[in-house]
Amino acid sequence: MQRKKDCVAMLLAGGQGSRLYALTNNIAKPAVPFGAKYRIIDFPLSNCINSGIDTVGVLTQYQPLLLNEYIGNGQPWDLDRNFGGVHVLSPYQKKSKSAWYEGTANAIYQNLNFIRMYNPDYVLILSGDHIYKMDYSKMLRAHIEKGADCTIAAIEVSLKEASRFGILNTNEDGSIYEFEEKPKQPKSTLASMGVYIFTAEKMYKYLEEDDNDPNSSKDFGKNVLPAMLAAGEKMFAYRFEGYWKDVGTISSLWEANMDLLGNKPAFDVSDPAWKIHSRNPLAPPEYLGENAVIKNSMVALGCEVCGIIENSVLSSNVVIEGGAVVKDSVIMSGTTVRKGAVVNYSIIDEDVDVGENAIVGEPKEEAKGIAVLGRNVTVGKGAKISSGAMIDKNISEREEV
Amino acid sequence: MSAVGVIFSNIHDENVPELSNMRTMGSIPYGGRYRLIDFALSNLVNSGVTTVGIITKNNYQSLMDHLGSGKDWDLARKTGGLVLLPPFGAKDNEGLYKNRLEALKSIIGFLTRRNEDYVILCDCDGVYRMDFSDIIDYHEAKQADITLVCHTEEIANSSKYTLIKSDASGRVTDIKLDASVNGVNKFYTNILVLNRLFLIRLIQDAVSHGYKSCRRDILQRNVKSLKIFAYDFEGYHATIDSFASYFRHNMELLNKSVRDELFGARDIYTKVRDSAPSKYGDECIVKNSLVSDGCIVEGCVENSILFRGVRVGKGAVIKNSILMQDTVVGDNAQLNCVITDKNVIIRNNRVLSGCEIQPYFLGKSTIV
Repeated sequence: MQRKKDCVAMLLAGGQGSRLYALTNNIAKPAVPFGAKYRIIDFPLSNCINSGIDTVGVLTQYQPLLLNEYIGNGQPWDLDRNFGGVHVLSPYQKKSKSAWYEGTANAIYQNLNFIRMYNPDYVLILSGDHIYKMDYSKMLRAHIEKGADCTIAAIEVSLKEASRFGILNTNEDGSIYEFEEKPKQPKSTLASMGVYIFTAEKMYKYLEEDDNDPNSSKDFGKNVLPAMLAAGEKMFAYRFEGYWKDVGTISSLWEANMDLLGNKPAFDVSDPAWKIHSRNPLAPPEYLGENAVIKNSMVALGCEVCGIIENSVLSSNVVIEGGAVVKDSVIMSGTTVRKGAVVNYSIIDEDVDVGENAIVGEPKEEAKGIAVLGRNVTVGKGAKISSGAMIDKNISEREEV
Repeated sequence: MSAVGVIFSNIHDENVPELSNMRTMGSIPYGGRYRLIDFALSNLVNSGVTTVGIITKNNYQSLMDHLGSGKDWDLARKTGGLVLLPPFGAKDNEGLYKNRLEALKSIIGFLTRRNEDYVILCDCDGVYRMDFSDIIDYHEAKQADITLVCHTEEIANSSKYTLIKSDASGRVTDIKLDASVNGVNKFYTNILVLNRLFLIRLIQDAVSHGYKSCRRDILQRNVKSLKIFAYDFEGYHATIDSFASYFRHNMELLNKSVRDELFGARDIYTKVRDSAPSKYGDECIVKNSLVSDGCIVEGCVENSILFRGVRVGKGAVIKNSILMQDTVVGDNAQLNCVITDKNVIIRNNRVLSGCEIQPYFLGKSTIV
């Protein structure tokens, strides 16, 4: 008898994430650091293992180096398995029609052989740019109980935001009668989360058809799902209640980080019943110095804090020297903020050096936007970086940008 | 480097009975997120050793839980890797060894099957960062039979040390066991290097003579007949010889220079727990303290070390204390010179205090 898996997850992690600007110059969006010690991809991967799904294909295309290394053999998520486990799937050369992944549906289509290796009954499609905790096994159960061909996870959003999402119009029993991709005048506020469960055979069929359609843009939301609906397949919405955030923009990434703070945070990563697994930094405990002042912040291992921190999230091995002030900011690992420097309302990427008395961003109330410093940038002494600036080059002493 | 490491996890259990009552010396928590064995183990790994045998005796559940497969130290290997060496019960012994020689005798099989040239023996009573390949280079350059790693430091009123005298070339001329001392002395750090086959011969010879003590019958007896050399280790070395010294050396980690030396150049590995990063509340005051991951701090913490998952309630004041994993301190409680073991709960408004020489200790899972 052939060994099989009930459900295989496919995680779409190929996106460039161009709206994250300097943060994704050299890394794929799912590898962007989040919440002091995580990367975005930790959330779907942890959700998988916590939901009992131990076979995950991660589809990569854009700048995969760091993501490949981070995932490794999957051991941090308990996804190193003899049969199953996590596998990074890049585009590959074929006898004919070798190509990059063209759209979400095409990326899965090119890896149907991987899915078929496990002979699954169901396929779970995930995207690598959302922060949320979700039990996929409940969604799978709903899919089976309804006898659905496709189930789409959906969440209520505000009417204002609705036109940014794929909107599901449903009957009372949850079955979908209409699917609108980014509608100007949304009829409902139930948005697709980009999490789909397909009955495997149906998905194979529609992906084959989609691939043969020369006019298709080979995208699940634009082509495959509407085609299934038009053909009268049973499609249901699965309502998800809880925290869910698309972190595809600078401001939403900043907001999601801030949502971790506070006594009763909007999003709690320390829930022992739903652990978020990650590759852990190798670092001693963080040290808070004699003159450190720290309010409402999250700090990871290996940090040395001698200055003032307020409403901020610090990743591992960040150094905040004496007299430096950091407010309303997200600082990623290995960055140093030197004496007297002031950082306000900013996102600072890994291994940045903010020189003495430099000023980055403006106080949140006055700022035009979030200031962003890309990886490995050096900001010279006394330099000034205005709010909303996107910096990916070194800034020399006393320069103002 | 061709050497196999052997770590004695139990040998100094009696040094810190408060903490080793339910665990081995090696699994005593240290420095916010480590166990004592992490230092010996990480130093071996960072020196290029890929096979480490760990000798256990009793209470080693916590140690096994900590070490797992050894993957966190990169020691889950097909060839070599981490090898646990629990007591070996055979016809001619009762299983539990009584001294270091008997323990070594029980691992002759392990030593024989290896093919490395040297053996590095170490205990779990030291906190240091050392490159063992330097010691092996020294051992080879001196053409020594045995190299003892020594350290010179102030010893406060103790008779637990092995004092070493050596001549200008480094050759050991005198070994004094358990002498009562107070002052600066050169002592043996319980780390030694020797040839693997030579060690096997020494053990077999000691067994056939009915010897009992490694230090007395092998080292002291052979000072003249063997080429025993002292390697002077100049770096930071903390010897955990009592509860007070455990407290004092932990607190030394609040000095940047000590931290940089221990953790700066190479990593010290430990078991990963996947805790969330620590969170600090609106009203917290934290000064000169080390805080590990998973903590939630809402009160005041000064000159203290918090292990993983510690919670400090609002208005609580913690000074000069060490709070181990998952300790919960209630609102408005006050602690000074207190060491709590794992899972201790201190209720709201309690006031507890010890002093620096004799910190107040709360055992595992105590509720105050």
